[in-house]
Amino acid sequence: MNTAERIEQILRETLAATVVEVEDESALHVGHAGAASGGGHYRVKIVSPLFEGKNQVQRHRMVYNALSAEMQRTIHALALTTLAPSQLASA
Amino acid sequence: MANTDVMAQIDEQVKKHKIVIFMKGTPSFPMCGFSAATVQVLDSYNVPYASVNVLENPAIRENIKHYSSWPTIPQVYINGEFVGGCDIVREMHANGELEPLIQAAVKE
Repeated sequence: MNTAERIEQILRETLAATVVEVEDESALHVGHAGAASGGGHYRVKIVSPLFEGKNQVQRHRMVYNALSAEMQRTIHALALTTLAPSQLASA
Repeated sequence: MANTDVMAQIDEQVKKHKIVIFMKGTPSFPMCGFSAATVQVLDSYNVPYASVNVLENPAIRENIKHYSSWPTIPQVYINGEFVGGCDIVREMHANGELEPLIQAAVKE
């Protein structure tokens, strides 16, 4: 399983996410100092009922907490879009 | 592990400045795309803000993650409160939530 697939699996399990879209953008950051540590850059869109009633900081913290082990090793940076199911109708 | 001396240093920066960004590089020479994008948003308001280059201070780079329970750089603080990282600051800029925060901070 690659990192993108692992991100998806973890978020579906820990945040009961109904939608997880992971794009690996590591190639865009090759050569930048932070990328030298080996961690990748990922753009992730998540829809989770647990985000309902939470602000963006709280939602992003939930994602970072769920992925904390990966953040130490295989993830250098995440670009996050966090939506509650109720926002999908209007989005 | 969080280091209390460094945490106190971070706390001092956060409380001392109305607006402060912890970033990689400086506003004139950002060393990371996320820091650059966040600086661009702050610059668009034409207000003074402080910046801390975490690349020059590894202890701050490590401890800021514990300070805010936020594992990534950049981090923006307004009036002593953690506002967010790159995505959140850009989103708040786009939806108009950031401007009143910034205006209130610089007015005081």
